[in-house]
Amino acid sequence: MSHSPLIASLTRHKLTVGLLVMQVALTCAIVCNVASIIGHRLAQMRASSGVVENELTLIESVSVDESANQLAKHDTDLAALRGIPGVQSVAAVDSLPLSGRNWSNGIAFEPNGPSMTSATAYSGTPEELRTLGLRMVAGRLFLPEEYISLDAAHDWTGINRVPSTIISRSLAEKLFPGKDPLGKVIYPGDGPVRIVGVVEQMLRPTLDESESSGYVTLFPMLPDTASITYVMRSAPQDRDRILQQAKRVLTSLDSNRVLRNPQTFSDLRDNYFRRDRTMISLLLSAALALLLVTAAGIAGLASFWVQQRRRSIGIRRAVGATRQDILRYFQTENFVIVGAGVVLGVVLAYGLNMLLMERYALERLPWFYVPAGALVLCLIGQAAVLGPALRASTVPPVVATRG
Amino acid sequence: MLGYYAATAIGSLRRSKALAILMILVIGLGIGASMTMITIFHVLSGDPLPGRSGQLYAPVIDPRPLARDHTESPEPDGNFTWPDAMNLLRAKRADRQAAMAGGAVPVRPTQSGELPFYETGRYVTTDFFAMFQVPFTAGSGWSREDDEARARVVVLGSDLNHKLFGNTSGVGRTVRLKNTDFRVIGVVDHWNPQPQFYAQINGRVFGKADQFFLPLQTAQELELDFNGRFSCWDSGGDARTSDHCVWLQFWVQLDSTSKAQAYRNFLLSYWRDQQAHGRMPRPVNAQLYGLMEWLAHEHAIPDDLRLQLSLSLGFLAVCMLNVVGLLLATFLRRSGEISVRRALGARRWDIFLQLGVESCVIGVAGGLLGLGIACLGLWSVRQRPDGYAQLAQMDVSMLLATFLLALVASVIAGLLPAWRACRIPPALQLKTQ
Repeated sequence: MSHSPLIASLTRHKLTVGLLVMQVALTCAIVCNVASIIGHRLAQMRASSGVVENELTLIESVSVDESANQLAKHDTDLAALRGIPGVQSVAAVDSLPLSGRNWSNGIAFEPNGPSMTSATAYSGTPEELRTLGLRMVAGRLFLPEEYISLDAAHDWTGINRVPSTIISRSLAEKLFPGKDPLGKVIYPGDGPVRIVGVVEQMLRPTLDESESSGYVTLFPMLPDTASITYVMRSAPQDRDRILQQAKRVLTSLDSNRVLRNPQTFSDLRDNYFRRDRTMISLLLSAALALLLVTAAGIAGLASFWVQQRRRSIGIRRAVGATRQDILRYFQTENFVIVGAGVVLGVVLAYGLNMLLMERYALERLPWFYVPAGALVLCLIGQAAVLGPALRASTVPPVVATRG
Repeated sequence: MLGYYAATAIGSLRRSKALAILMILVIGLGIGASMTMITIFHVLSGDPLPGRSGQLYAPVIDPRPLARDHTESPEPDGNFTWPDAMNLLRAKRADRQAAMAGGAVPVRPTQSGELPFYETGRYVTTDFFAMFQVPFTAGSGWSREDDEARARVVVLGSDLNHKLFGNTSGVGRTVRLKNTDFRVIGVVDHWNPQPQFYAQINGRVFGKADQFFLPLQTAQELELDFNGRFSCWDSGGDARTSDHCVWLQFWVQLDSTSKAQAYRNFLLSYWRDQQAHGRMPRPVNAQLYGLMEWLAHEHAIPDDLRLQLSLSLGFLAVCMLNVVGLLLATFLRRSGEISVRRALGARRWDIFLQLGVESCVIGVAGGLLGLGIACLGLWSVRQRPDGYAQLAQMDVSMLLATFLLALVASVIAGLLPAWRACRIPPALQLKTQ
């Protein structure tokens, strides 16, 4: 089939075709960028926190009585929590991945030197690593004699005296690219701290867009604040029961405290990403609505054209065109229009992406979204035109003889 | 004549029902989605303190040491160190000034047997109440002397007062916060400026009201916990009163622009003075933001919402393009009718007007649908867990704006097709039929 009548007929509808091309281009540009934002957020939401998420139960306790020896109180609490049936291990920690409570320090290589990057400091009781289920990839656990108090009462000065640290692999790669971090000395505070171990992965309490979301230092420091988080590890099915029991156990030990946010780690993760989930569902419905509107527009215009050209279709059929030819004519016409829109759309998509990167600090559009979006639009265009095109192919040749 | 056009418009829309419904649906969706987002924006970017916001300013100085690496933000975060806040407070160069920080304390109920609970509020200095025109149902704030004497006094929010003392005012009674007894000296009437502009601007700036206010110096002396960002540099501990940790907010009231200019100059001279004492080594660049300016600068409206607004406007654009195409198709389909009318003496303007009325009819119908969709959209936003969700309500001005937008959009969408259609020559079409 020659394409020249096709092009000729398109040039007769310059305005309408132009509008359709514009619409497809805009849709393509927006949908590609929306898909990339959704993909990025999903990737963030799926990022492993490094802890055994479905085995952890958390409860925050804030002692109202500040004068008491907090370390001793935590020990009493820990012993009682350990006694709950099903609890495999328990630790007192100052913060957790995705908890929002972030204490970061600049990491320097010399006293008062320039900080190479900033990393979150996690402190906890000796069972912290085992309870959280962090996977060590190198080095050793902390030794009992390495533990000191966080010394919150004196502005967290424990950080200046702590002898050792275990860091995350991504921080190790940032600080010592390609080298063995074990035994190296860093300065998160005033004093030297030796790296004794590396864990595979651990997220910070708050995430941001950069790769620094996994920069973590663990310290053998006992949190001695009045506000503390207890983490219990158990089989997943025991979590709810343990949470209820933990509340009772802690209140009966000392009612002069406030228990906050009793939850499983899964709840914590859900809460942290709640907004992202809303955003994703919103973006998804916007993209679907856009595609639907564009499909409706294509179908509407196509059926209008079919109606308008009934006579010429009849003539073509009368002079020998088969139904297939008519069907293919409308499909090809649609492909040309949508294809032109998609080509323009690809350019617009990158333009829009640049604008979004500048205004909202969004990430660069990964290349594969563009051909994927283009393909989706072409398919939708074909699907939208199929109905009207089939109707066109059933126009009988006898129409040509009527007036 | 317009009535006749409207009647023919409805008639012709009836004839091409499917296309008309499609166009109305598309306009309705576009208007509904964009009006949902525009309404949210309208509500969130409102003035949190009408009548007073024009005189309120947030000064910004940068006490940080010279940048050592690229990891730190070039702009200061707007928070103050304790010494700077106290210096500015004591200088009293503004009509009113207050330093403040958000805080959370365990409240111990007076009845025995009830468990303590956490409440969030604010540690402030005396001018806070007069400067922000905080309404009281009973009692009042405290004096400058109370500030200096670190008095154990507290002003309660209406909800906390109700929780502790029922329907009676708690003024004169005692509440135990953490380990200390505080005398209640005032109860605030429902006061909840949105956004909570005087707090650190973060994701929680919309939503809950402060439930207590107590003197900042008292909170510092008792080492009550505070909320929010606390950033330090250099070594020497993270002491809250040190001059290398920023965590306080500082607001001033300046009743005229000349006073604002004078205060800006004062900030500059303060900075130079500090430099003479070996502090604040960065180039002198003191800023004074008006309240609304400050909210914009700090992105009080979350970026996600801005993105959603842009997206909904993009969606509206695609919808409008769609409608333009469909209108063009329906108008050109009636080429025969139009050329007959032209042959019978209708001027181009008449055709233009007739088709314009037709697109208006579609616009009005689409606007009605869009209004429904916008109400539905706002309802779904109110189900979100975010602090701003409850503010998402349609008001009269937004209602009118929705209609106006629908009408303007459809008229604009109709312009091009109508212009194209009215250029159909008379008679020529008749010949080809």
